[in-house]
Amino acid sequence: MNRYPLWKYVLILVIVAMGVLYALPNIYGQSPVVQIKAKDDAAVTESTLDKVKSLLNDGEIAHDQVVIDGDTAVVKFSNLDNQREAQDLLKKQLNGFDTAMNLKPNVPEWLENLGGSAMNLGLDLRGGVHFLLEVDMVEATANKKKQLRSDLTAALIKQKIPKKKILWEGDSLVVGFRTAADVNKALDLIEDDFTELTFSENISGDTFELKGLLSEQSLRSIKENALEQNLITLRSRVNEVGVAEPIIQQQGLERIVVQLPGVQDTTVAKNILDATATLEYRATEIHGAAALQAHASGRTPPGSTLYFESTGEPIYLKNRVIATGNQLIGAEATIDQQTGQHAVNVQLNSMGANRMLEFTKNNVGNFMGVVFKERVPIAKNEAGEMQYRSKEEVISNASINGVFSNRFRTTGGFTQKEANDLALLLRAGALAAPVQIVEERTIGPSLGQDNIDAGVLSVQIGLAMVLVFMLIYYRMFGLIANIALTINVILMVACLSLFGATLTLPGIAGIVLTVGMAVDANVLIFERIKEELRDGNTVQGSIKSGYEKAFSTIADANVTTLIAAVVLFAFGTGPIKGFAVTLSIGIMTSMFTAIVLSRAIVNLIYGRKKRLKSIAI
Amino acid sequence: MKILHNIKYDFMGHRKVAMVLSLTLILIALGSLFTRGLNFGLDFTGGTVVVVNFDEAASVPAVRESLEVAGYNKLVVKNFGSSQDVEIIVPQQVDAETGVAIDNAKLSNDMLELLKKMDASAQITKADFVGSQVGAELVEQGSLALLYAMMGILIYVTIRFEWRFSLGAIAALVHDVVITAGVFSIWQVEFDLTVLAALLAVIGYSLNDTIVVFDRIRENFRKGRKATTEEVINNSIGQTLSRTVITSFTTILVLMALFILGGDLIHGFAFALLVGVLVGTYSSIFVASTTTLALGISREDLIPVEKEGANLDHIP
Repeated sequence: MNRYPLWKYVLILVIVAMGVLYALPNIYGQSPVVQIKAKDDAAVTESTLDKVKSLLNDGEIAHDQVVIDGDTAVVKFSNLDNQREAQDLLKKQLNGFDTAMNLKPNVPEWLENLGGSAMNLGLDLRGGVHFLLEVDMVEATANKKKQLRSDLTAALIKQKIPKKKILWEGDSLVVGFRTAADVNKALDLIEDDFTELTFSENISGDTFELKGLLSEQSLRSIKENALEQNLITLRSRVNEVGVAEPIIQQQGLERIVVQLPGVQDTTVAKNILDATATLEYRATEIHGAAALQAHASGRTPPGSTLYFESTGEPIYLKNRVIATGNQLIGAEATIDQQTGQHAVNVQLNSMGANRMLEFTKNNVGNFMGVVFKERVPIAKNEAGEMQYRSKEEVISNASINGVFSNRFRTTGGFTQKEANDLALLLRAGALAAPVQIVEERTIGPSLGQDNIDAGVLSVQIGLAMVLVFMLIYYRMFGLIANIALTINVILMVACLSLFGATLTLPGIAGIVLTVGMAVDANVLIFERIKEELRDGNTVQGSIKSGYEKAFSTIADANVTTLIAAVVLFAFGTGPIKGFAVTLSIGIMTSMFTAIVLSRAIVNLIYGRKKRLKSIAI
Repeated sequence: MKILHNIKYDFMGHRKVAMVLSLTLILIALGSLFTRGLNFGLDFTGGTVVVVNFDEAASVPAVRESLEVAGYNKLVVKNFGSSQDVEIIVPQQVDAETGVAIDNAKLSNDMLELLKKMDASAQITKADFVGSQVGAELVEQGSLALLYAMMGILIYVTIRFEWRFSLGAIAALVHDVVITAGVFSIWQVEFDLTVLAALLAVIGYSLNDTIVVFDRIRENFRKGRKATTEEVINNSIGQTLSRTVITSFTTILVLMALFILGGDLIHGFAFALLVGVLVGTYSSIFVASTTTLALGISREDLIPVEKEGANLDHIP
């Protein structure tokens, strides 16, 4: 009566084997590495590897292996000091590449090929900085309103419609005119250009007004844009600092989470937030081969300045600025309807448009470049003045194909990604809403290691004590429960690794707690079996009804705990979520190991003995 | 090995004593919660906590002085773990004139700069800054989480058992959460985000215990012996007592490991769970069932009407 069909044993064996396999990557530990990635996203080649190797050998920095992983080169080190030295060296000497320090698990290749990966460690375990940023939406909205007002004013002046006043009343832009005819004329002329506003007329007595209401949808899109713009600029700036696997994510409608593993100097990280970016449209003096030649001879044409494109090629731009970033209203990637090419649509405000018109009239066929300028505060000097690191780069250089003013399109054989990137950089150089830190958590790397050690030790000791107790108290059945309990921990680790979950300190607490609670199911079953035996049931019958009767109790008890875990997950942030995840996974795996797996072992041992008189329980 | 198996003890007979004890504990807990309140950690109040490590033993008064000279006040400066580590707690700054909270995310960096002048080996090992708004949101989210967890459980237990049981379970939960929070209030143990998580885990745990007892009560009712409700409940608690004690014991074993070895960050969490598990074990025996009994549970409430005939056949 206590026998499982063969397929059940096989299935259980397969699940356990899979669990062991996918938990395995976690025992190999992690090595410090430096990751090297080309700035233009091109794949790293063998020649780069050779260059890296020779640089490291010349600098006498001990390193393990240098391999290509996807489109990055990865150099492994045996200790953190070598990693840091190598990072400094490569940053200085390897042009055109971004380098970043990281920790990589030493998972053997055959395991990786099977999809095995180690658990990600949270910041509290590996050290690093966590920021929660809030985008100043009031400022973002105010900027947009200011811009709309000045644009509308310019449009009315251009159309020569006299107005009495123009001001914001709440979310409505109110324009006062002298006559009803002016109101109608203005409405006809501007309605199509200002789609953000919903216009209505207000003509009564001697008031002749046009009201442009900023719709809910426009307000929302202002906020969405402000958030997205900040996400993008943060991403590009963080990449610049050289952090591997940074997390930069939207949280809710107004917040951004930034996690920088391994970063210790929070000043650098915070300064990223204070960086300001602008851009300038300027006429191109010389570019291409001529610029290369001029650069080689060191002769800068008068009235112009030397810049570099993102590819590293020199280019000379005239000093006179045509339009600047704060005259830019928008930039978006698009596809040219006629040619089918990827392009970027740019929109300037009236002031920028006038200057652009004036410039393009005389320069059709010439080139125009865009300089992206960024100022990032680094640190205060001894006198207490803030020092800045600035970056200036030409992000676009295109020929002028016609006369244009406020709206124009940049093409240039872009890929979709290039078009998107250019649009984002252009927007980043425009007015952005400032961000503010609302939460910061920094964990030093030594504290991270201490946390891991303490966590692992408490799991080991806790588990050992429970195992010993169960063995003494339930003897043979205790041993069976112990096997189930151990496999439960293995399955939990396997699930966490497979789901790509991040292990945090509260997550470890969740594992420890499940260890304590996982024995509960077995205790329930064993106590039931004992009861049945006392009531005079046969041994085989007692085992059977013990498992059966305990099942509904176990299910009810676990479902209620699961409810609490799900609520924790839904409401919790960061560390609490980690706890909820491990707790939920633990509840589910413990149901399997305590009920199905332990029964399988009991069946294997006792199932065939027909005249079983007693069991060690 | 057998402990506490099938205890014949008149648990319900002592329910008055238990009720007085529980009510006294709850009153003390509530009294402390209302008068002393909880010692909310940075997660909830907002502010900055910085732990700075020096190469050699640091002088706490010197650290305090150099910071106070620079204009920081209301600081708490103390050693953290070892003599080389100093913890500096800066409460949420409030603008004296407007009463508006001021958030200064750069505080930790400014302080480090000052301390580096005193001792160049100064290094931040841990820095937490929580803005005033984030803290306020956490309180709201935390309370909501507790509320939703209880509602979810109420609904589930009502569906699986009966409304008197779900009220009994909730009574036990409130009992456990209030007393555990009371312990944190009386001894002014710091109440941070992980403690809140622990309180929610206590809910799950205490419920686990309660459900096991309820399950047995339901089963014993359905067996249809002619015992009084009180006797059925007494038997059920007695039959499950060994399991209750063993499970609590193993859980406490691992919690002790966490509490002693898990490190500072997990201390509060382990402490809250230890208290919660102890109180939860008691409440699943004396509070949940007592409440259900007081609400007038009887055999008829648990036997599905349509199955009554079928059930009778099983009676020997």
